[in-house]
Amino acid sequence: MVLTGAQILMECLKREGVDLIFGFPGGAVIDIYDELPKHPIRHILVRHEQAAVHAADGYARASGKVGVCLVTSGPGATNTVTGIATAYMDSIPLVVITGQVPTQLIGNDAFQEADIVGITRPCTKHNYLVKNVADLATTIKQAFYIARTGRPGPVLIDLPKNVVNAVTEFSYPESISIRSYNPNVNPNRKQLRKAAELIALSRQPVIYAGGGVVSSDSAAALTRLAEEFHLPVTTTLMGLGAFPGDHPNWLGMLGMHGTYTANMAINSCDVLISVGARFDDRVTGRVNAFASRAKIIHIDIDPTSISKNVVVDVPIVADCKQGLEGLIEEVARIKGVDWKDKHSDWNASLAQMKATYPLNYAKNGGAIKPQWVVEKIYELSRGEAIISTEVGQNQMWAAQFYTYKKPRTLLTSGGLGTMGYGFPAAIGAQFAFPDRLVVDIAGDGSIQMNIQELATAVSYNVPVKIVILNNGYLGMVRQWQELFYKKNYCATCLHTNPDFVALAKAYGAAGYLVDKAEDLESTLEAAFAYPGPVIVDVRVEPEENVAPMVPAGAALSEMLLV
Amino acid sequence: MRHVLSILVENEPGVLSRVVGLFSGRGFNIESLNVGPTLDNGVSHITICTSGEEQIIEQIMKQLHKLITVIKVVDLTHLQAVEREIVLMKVGAEDSKRAEVLRIADIFRCKVVDVSPDELTLEITGDQGKIKAVVALLQRFGVKEFIRAGTVAMRRSMQLAD
Repeated sequence: MVLTGAQILMECLKREGVDLIFGFPGGAVIDIYDELPKHPIRHILVRHEQAAVHAADGYARASGKVGVCLVTSGPGATNTVTGIATAYMDSIPLVVITGQVPTQLIGNDAFQEADIVGITRPCTKHNYLVKNVADLATTIKQAFYIARTGRPGPVLIDLPKNVVNAVTEFSYPESISIRSYNPNVNPNRKQLRKAAELIALSRQPVIYAGGGVVSSDSAAALTRLAEEFHLPVTTTLMGLGAFPGDHPNWLGMLGMHGTYTANMAINSCDVLISVGARFDDRVTGRVNAFASRAKIIHIDIDPTSISKNVVVDVPIVADCKQGLEGLIEEVARIKGVDWKDKHSDWNASLAQMKATYPLNYAKNGGAIKPQWVVEKIYELSRGEAIISTEVGQNQMWAAQFYTYKKPRTLLTSGGLGTMGYGFPAAIGAQFAFPDRLVVDIAGDGSIQMNIQELATAVSYNVPVKIVILNNGYLGMVRQWQELFYKKNYCATCLHTNPDFVALAKAYGAAGYLVDKAEDLESTLEAAFAYPGPVIVDVRVEPEENVAPMVPAGAALSEMLLV
Repeated sequence: MRHVLSILVENEPGVLSRVVGLFSGRGFNIESLNVGPTLDNGVSHITICTSGEEQIIEQIMKQLHKLITVIKVVDLTHLQAVEREIVLMKVGAEDSKRAEVLRIADIFRCKVVDVSPDELTLEITGDQGKIKAVVALLQRFGVKEFIRAGTVAMRRSMQLAD
């Protein structure tokens, strides 16, 4: 069958099970757009290419599938960079297809030309410039394979216009093997045995889990490990939902704005079982003080994550699922240990600490506390919503005061910390789950970084709920200025915020203002029941801080505002 | 500590940029770099000399492995290996100096590859120590031009215990 490049692209996408792509057209991809309507692939037109990538990312995080987006050359391609870097830092599988000027013009500074393969080399798992239509099918097959296997990540395919229009005999490769890419999925038994022995010898063990547990769908295995051997669990921001937030073994999130209990547990543990986490600086605080008394076991699919920041005693390169299941088997093989009794003192002291130092905030006065808004969102959604966040204080409150019980229910830019991520990601997640409640917990600063996507949400009637914790500040930076820069609030006051309610209405969405505490519940209820996109502009206490806090560069044991 | 990394990569556009970008993006320094074809058309060979503490080198090796187009990475530092560099060096050699330059060239088994009335161009191959010695000896005659290629290295067939 002789097909054009555009037709081959469509055939390949269908064979990869893609039925939805996010994109924005342009001259270099117009031939692909000409072909698109002839195929059962739904295209969602966004209003900015960055949002196309975030939406595909939100779709991927919520569903576990590979997210796909399609943009044109030059500015279309460069606009995707922040989205790609966001997905790369958080290991989200994406295939980003960019148009490119015809091959004979590449390097000529042609109209809308950018070397997007060069630009994205450091922020993609891999990328391709397809110069010959005969390579197209294999390239797409490889791109999906690389994106979803091993440590997942974004893969970019740059398609010159003449390649899209060229014709060739189409055949889709059935299987794929790349000699230089063979992720090690199965754990080494000997290492598992060593890890099991450490756990058996431990008195104060802690599990520290990250986003890898979510992306490998191994939350059930994690829970089993924790329950069978009575191990306490903390997770990173990316790992929230990988372990039930209402479980008795749950310590809360760790790190800069983690719980006191989780951080102290890390500080005093003697064996740390790290799974699918990468010892990020926001997690470890001062690195030489992180779990400094502990022997460290680390299960990760990516060898570069192991012993990168913190030297590990028992490295286990494996998919988290196989790693966890193998570890459970090996620990279970150790006889004569009463696991419940073994760690009962430790677990009791952690439970005591958790009761003494819960996440908290002052409930004084009539002002609306942002933490309370998040608690209300949790209550009214019965903890069943998919939550996305922007970045800053809103993100931390969403992490602290919403209880995540299942994986893939929190979508947040953990690594890159991309303001403007949450809203388009929520749109993507809503396309994956049209019937679920999807809420973007936003700040008044962040939401303005991709507010144009209201047009996308309205045009497809995507019923995403945006709750703006509006404090009139770039709050997280303001908090740092307050605590560490003598209240020099340079460039963090947003004096001229738009009227978000009127703005929502201008786009054709619904808008509600909440400036009195007594209106919050009823307004959120109305917003959640509304069959379309909504902005709820909640005027919260302007100078509320995120607490507790480990100052940058301090040890986890040196928490402020506990 | 200096490390010599021997890297086999897929021979395709952009692969060198991926490897080099990995070093620059992480602030790792490259001392020398050599790239060339292998007997297999689809594969190229890169030799990189770099330096750093063990943990940094280990991280570099892992990051190199992680690149999709990298087939194999070997750190030759802890193995017995043959190391060679090639240098082309144009040295001042007026009549009064010529004999002495040639004598030194002969001792180090350099090749004379170009001659003019007052200059000699020498080809020197050897490991870093030898190159250093030749350069030190010839410098006083006036070095007009100096070009040094990156190290190439190969694991010795017999790895004898020290």
